[in-house]
Amino acid sequence: MSIDFNFMVGGEAGQGVQSVGFLLAKVFSRGGYNVFADQDYESRIRGGHNFFRVRVKNGRVSAIAEPVNILIALNRESIDLHRAELADKGVIIFDGEQVKDVPADGHLFSVPLEKLAQEHAGSKLMANTVALGAAVGLVDYDADSISGILNEHFGTGDVGDKNVRAARAGYEYARAEFKGEFAITIKPASNIKRILLTGNDAIGLAAIAAGCKFMAAYPMTPATSIMEYMAAKSTEFDLVMVHAEDEISAVNMAIGAAYAGVRAMTATSGSGFCLMVEGLGLAGITETPIVLVDGQRPGPAVGLPTRVEQGDLQFVLHAHHGDFPRAVLAPADVEDAFWTTVKAFNIADKYQLPVIILTDHHLATSYATVDPFDISRVTIDRGLLYSPQETPPSEYKRHKITKSGISPRAFPGQSEALVVTDCDEHDEDGHMTEDGHVRTAQVQKRLRKLFGLKHELATPLLYGPKRAETTLVGWGSTYGALCEVVDILHRKGGSVNLLHLNELWPFNAEAVTDALGRASNTYVIEGNATAQLASLIRAETGKEVSGKILRYDGRPFTPAYIIQEMRKEGCELGCHI
Amino acid sequence: MVAISDYVGIKSAWCPGCGNFGILKALNKALVELELEPHQILLVSGIGQAGKLPHYTRGNIFNSLHGRPVPPAIGAKIANPELAVIAISGDGDAYGEGGNHFLHAMRRNHHITYLVHDNQVYALTKGQASPTSDSGYVTKTTPYGAAMPINPIALAIVSGASFVARGFAGDTGHLAGLIKMGINHKGFALIDILQPCVTFNHQNTYRWYQERVYKLEENGYHADDKMAALEKAQEWGEKIPIGVIYQTKLPTYEEQLPALSKGALVYQKIEPGRAESLLAEFL
Ligand SMILES: Cc1ncc(C[n+]2csc(CCOP(=O)(O)OP(=O)(O)O)c2C)c(N)n1
Ligand SMILES: [Mg+2]
Repeated sequence: MSIDFNFMVGGEAGQGVQSVGFLLAKVFSRGGYNVFADQDYESRIRGGHNFFRVRVKNGRVSAIAEPVNILIALNRESIDLHRAELADKGVIIFDGEQVKDVPADGHLFSVPLEKLAQEHAGSKLMANTVALGAAVGLVDYDADSISGILNEHFGTGDVGDKNVRAARAGYEYARAEFKGEFAITIKPASNIKRILLTGNDAIGLAAIAAGCKFMAAYPMTPATSIMEYMAAKSTEFDLVMVHAEDEISAVNMAIGAAYAGVRAMTATSGSGFCLMVEGLGLAGITETPIVLVDGQRPGPAVGLPTRVEQGDLQFVLHAHHGDFPRAVLAPADVEDAFWTTVKAFNIADKYQLPVIILTDHHLATSYATVDPFDISRVTIDRGLLYSPQETPPSEYKRHKITKSGISPRAFPGQSEALVVTDCDEHDEDGHMTEDGHVRTAQVQKRLRKLFGLKHELATPLLYGPKRAETTLVGWGSTYGALCEVVDILHRKGGSVNLLHLNELWPFNAEAVTDALGRASNTYVIEGNATAQLASLIRAETGKEVSGKILRYDGRPFTPAYIIQEMRKEGCELGCHI
Repeated sequence: MVAISDYVGIKSAWCPGCGNFGILKALNKALVELELEPHQILLVSGIGQAGKLPHYTRGNIFNSLHGRPVPPAIGAKIANPELAVIAISGDGDAYGEGGNHFLHAMRRNHHITYLVHDNQVYALTKGQASPTSDSGYVTKTTPYGAAMPINPIALAIVSGASFVARGFAGDTGHLAGLIKMGINHKGFALIDILQPCVTFNHQNTYRWYQERVYKLEENGYHADDKMAALEKAQEWGEKIPIGVIYQTKLPTYEEQLPALSKGALVYQKIEPGRAESLLAEFL
């Protein structure tokens, strides 16, 4: 049977919304399903309203969808806020002994969460685990599968056991007491082993695989978990993660480490990136390879700290004064985040420049199932390195003018060659200069690297038929939702495809011009107020798209939202929907 | 054998008579006496007249942004602890633009030597007041006189620096000794160097300093008492102490990093296959 099922867990911060959501995702991922889960939370530690959505499907999934089949409401507010999102026969699991006076309707299924938690686990605090069990029980899924996962998560000691008992109580209560109409059952699907991880997990994992030995960063949502991951692995993988005093220091430390010879990175969000802009140009002029992750969130300034936006595109393309080459890569999903990160380190080294990985809160914090990454495919290219056998140390010039713009790198202390560089304009030796000809030659040398770099980047992703009446255009984390829109419209008879830009800069104007030229209608769909990708396309290709669907309320795109907005805007869908 | 001739850089753009020449001479002398070869050292400087120093000697050089020599120096030291890393700033670079990095580098006790050419003025930008200009010092940007100066020595002591010294550009022999001690010190070593600026600072001149400086070590001073050091750090005006003001033994940031126990990061092989084991956590 085909399954496309949505759970939602709602409650206030501190009630364990995140942990129930994650565990649900894990249960079904283990059962061979594809899972996509996102988190919606406020910038606070206690209270407020948070929810976690888990979509379970037996086909490919990389977006959240409506409607909600089972809502676990850990408080009253969750019922009021999300009732309207329920499917026809959707169920709300809630604790009727705690949450009173809820207007009755056929969706409500009261489970005495706190009472069962107290009885079976000795603590009301495990009400959320009871709810987890009840949800799994409602779909008649394998009860034992939860126990194993709870023991992994909470340990096999007392806490783990109590959670297992709490979940079991919820499970059995749901099996015995639910008398409603809901009739969807989910059975373990296959033994396929997939991994379940967030975009940030994928970036951390890839950075380690790619041999990143140094990271410096300053905590900022949604990038913090990358620094925490790297710090957690630092002993085992012989790497160093420095929690710097600020982002200015972080990026400069990374540059110093890279200059000394290791692969180095930093990660932040928009406001932190603002502080790193000075360092970006330093990496540019000193030709130091670094990888910077910007996990976007709504701006300007602090904006909406725990939400999503794609508002930094034009910023990261242009950040810093003066002209110098950079690369901007915007991974489309969790899988892409892994390979993009590996590539980022390679092109940074090969072209000796800063590479920006542009993600956002949605990709950074959403969980997705993917096939385990084939680590054997990870290749390391450290670029052109100085060899004392070929050039005597006394003749080494760090910024030697070459045809490709790439000068062999030597590392300080590793030979007698002196590695001299400067944030002032410098000559080939790296010494500061004011000579106009030398300046011109160095600017041109640096910019020449863009030619090689451009060929290194993949052409934009094309999803759906090669030729279609309507082409949707997106970038970054909206890929999953947009692919699904193409699928939905295609099923309804629409002639639609998707042009998705992930390896964004240097811009592939030829490929984009060609793809846009094939369609009668072109719609950009992006998460910002000023259609930043549309501006970029216009600047690079001279082409104007036919329409724009923009979202900047801090919430992620879903397929249904995109279709609804396209209809409102009168977009040509080529089908009735 | 290392010789002074190994430390001849490009032609300097400093003003004739600049205090920076004395500092350059002292640094070269220290490096030669420590038998360090140019490729074994890394000079990381900021922007200002002081920041140009590395170009006028030899070594690996990273001439960084204004106020930012310390973070890249830290990054490089962690990546390759075998390098003798010396950061170089002016007073504006170190205590103004780079103030936050200065504080935290001391707190973490990174193993780098920090030379601050303290001419109590912004020289490169032509004579504005700096964070260490004397109170009331009138410049074009401080027409009513500069505010109270910060006290870098006291600041360093309370911020956890494990080696705090003051030198004088007019006494290169003494300064070279301090620089040697600073480089040999395991941990963050600050050497604030009184540096006459012959062009812009007509108040704190060679003569002004010469009349005031005295050497701590010739006065039975011991640098191991933090409270006494803090008191000594207050001395300014009639008499100005030079020498090591405070020194203590503290674990360095670098020696506490487990990753470095297996040798410098720069020499560790990249083995992507090792990351295979990480996948299991996500199954
Ligand atoms: C971000 C930034 N702000 C300002 C400047 C201009 N600037 C260059 S050097 C300097 C101050 C120099 O004073 P100091 O650090 O004491 O060095 P000195 O020239 O006195 O040796 C300033 C403000 C700059 N280069 N970068
Ligand atoms: Mg100065």
